[in-house]
Amino acid sequence: MKQLYVGLTGNEAVATAFKQARPHVAPAFPITPQTEMMHKFADFVADGAVATEMILVESEHSAMSAAVGSAATGARTFTATSSAGFALMWEVVYIAASLRLPICMPVVNRALSGNINIHNDHSDSMGGRDAGWIQIFCENTQEAYDTALMCWRIAEHKDVRLPVMVNYDGFIISHTSESLHILPDEDAWKFIGPKDLSNGYSLLDVENPITVGPLDLTDYYFEHKVSQMEAHLRAPKVILEVFKEFGELTGRHYDLFEEYRTEDAEMILVIIGSTAGTAKDVIDEQREKGVKVGLLKPRVFRPFPAVEYAKALGNAKVVGVMDKSVSFGGHGGPLFTEIRSALYGLENAPKIHNWIYGLGGRDTGTDQIVDLIGQLQNSIKGKKTEDVNLLGVRL
Amino acid sequence: MAMNLQTLSKNEDLLAGGHRACAGCTGSNILRQIMLTAGPDTVVGGATGCMEVVTTIFPYTAWKTPFIHSAFENCAATISGVETAYRALKASGELPVPREKMNFIAFGGDGGTYDIGLQSLSGAMERGHNMLYVCYDNEAYMNTGIQRSGATPFGAHTSTSPAGTVKQGKEQHRKDLTKIMVAHNIPYVAQTTPFHWRDLQMKVQKALEVDGPAFLNILMPCTVGWGFDPAIGMELCKQAVEANFWPLFEVVDGEYKLTYKPKEDRPLMEPWLKQQVRFKHLFKPGNEGMLVEIQRWVDSEFNKIMKLCGEA
Repeated sequence: MKQLYVGLTGNEAVATAFKQARPHVAPAFPITPQTEMMHKFADFVADGAVATEMILVESEHSAMSAAVGSAATGARTFTATSSAGFALMWEVVYIAASLRLPICMPVVNRALSGNINIHNDHSDSMGGRDAGWIQIFCENTQEAYDTALMCWRIAEHKDVRLPVMVNYDGFIISHTSESLHILPDEDAWKFIGPKDLSNGYSLLDVENPITVGPLDLTDYYFEHKVSQMEAHLRAPKVILEVFKEFGELTGRHYDLFEEYRTEDAEMILVIIGSTAGTAKDVIDEQREKGVKVGLLKPRVFRPFPAVEYAKALGNAKVVGVMDKSVSFGGHGGPLFTEIRSALYGLENAPKIHNWIYGLGGRDTGTDQIVDLIGQLQNSIKGKKTEDVNLLGVRL
Repeated sequence: MAMNLQTLSKNEDLLAGGHRACAGCTGSNILRQIMLTAGPDTVVGGATGCMEVVTTIFPYTAWKTPFIHSAFENCAATISGVETAYRALKASGELPVPREKMNFIAFGGDGGTYDIGLQSLSGAMERGHNMLYVCYDNEAYMNTGIQRSGATPFGAHTSTSPAGTVKQGKEQHRKDLTKIMVAHNIPYVAQTTPFHWRDLQMKVQKALEVDGPAFLNILMPCTVGWGFDPAIGMELCKQAVEANFWPLFEVVDGEYKLTYKPKEDRPLMEPWLKQQVRFKHLFKPGNEGMLVEIQRWVDSEFNKIMKLCGEA
């Protein structure tokens, strides 16, 4: 299939993918750095490139609420947010997943207040990791575009029916022009396809009226939560099927996580998002020097593929997990605690250390990652290294 | 279509019996009356609150029309999403059952409307969705245990504004939500009560017929929160209107019109207050001034409405 090679920012690329998905409804509220994505989408609507009904709401809380109402009719629905906007819609983010509504939402990752900061870290999405959404993180504009196409097939699949967050780094990805391949509109539509309105319950079916969101007490609530858990257990198979089909179509192959030069690696870094790209450069340099270091880049953070992580990391001597968010008072960042838990009980499990980095958009340079690899080497040699460390902070 | 009892009695009852509202609740009566007029091609949204809780305890539902509850403060936004999706799916020819016109009704109590849901309501009204928002105003957060709200009248005892030895109930007058809604320049706003069933039906019908958003504020005496004999809820609606505490009027495209003309020698507030435990402390020695203030406020607010209606 012939693809188009274009230059777009992450926000423009995601807006393009969502235009190609022909959503019925899109509630929207501005917040930096997500706004540009909705500007671009509004341009598509204004120019008749897509027939989506936008609802220009008065807050993110109402954006997610309107999305819930819309999706409960069966309409293909998306919204987008960042940081404090995500925090404001928190309550309804849980409701969207609990009602099993296949809403798609870019979360253009930005630090949470306070103090107010518009730059990138992952504290917004990581704070919402228990909300019941599928969470996929992107390293660059190409991945953001591809994920924004694939998310519909995952969310709306009858075995899943869960909302999907497409996470990409504020400014670093959202506002940086990169060259990428995009599908022609018709091919994208062929891949995504129309929303199947027959496979669910619609709030507009007045001949078969349903009650959505009832009071659910001690006698049923738990079972309903289990059904959400089971949907997450079924999701990886569907995600991999969609990734595979997309790979065959475009030549871009994805997995639950990406392994970069990990074959014989003694040290493996685990990094989410754009910093993984920086780390790949460092790893290439280190490999030239004979340092056996590789990278594992999580793509799908929820559901969390623990068994696969254990397999991928189990043969390393040491694992260095980088968290661009902090769980205050916790023993390490959210990615660290998940990975460490996945490795627990393995025979000859690797050592594992955590670095909290980049909070509030603090730049993470190659020199810092080189230094971190040095610390991992010391750990292998038996030098005492803390479980949880900081990277790039003035002390 | 003119509404009369005969027509209404033939319409399907879309709120099933067996819901779990209190004996003497006037709220379920309001819902039933609205649904008799709205008919089956209606999607209903409920804010968290008494009426949502008592009609939808899983695995049961009292609703014979589609119904959605999401949260406390977002009913207007939720229904705005449903209404928008209806237009989108109608345009694309994908409605599950084709309907040229459907009704979208959001309802919430005064807590969910005057207070926590005000932003969501304001946004939905300003955006011009073709929906009706109904506030069933029982003048406090009854579902959570009778806490004061922005709709609670001055002097009322509630769980969070209790009458004690130093304080004597709520210290502020209620806000005028109906006027706030008029200020949104929407095509239809009205106040009514379930006792005045003909008035209520007429207003629901007009609200659903206008092109754009409509708002109804409906007084809902609460036997538990107000503290009265469950048999007299409707009587308290009647008296609230006759005493000018809850005037019946409508505002069509900004034009106020009284729909019930009170008598010249309207009853004072005292007899109405006396029937409710929440005002019991006002009749203790030393609180005479509060009674005077309530009467002054009611007269003053009513006169403003009369002027707006061109009756003064």
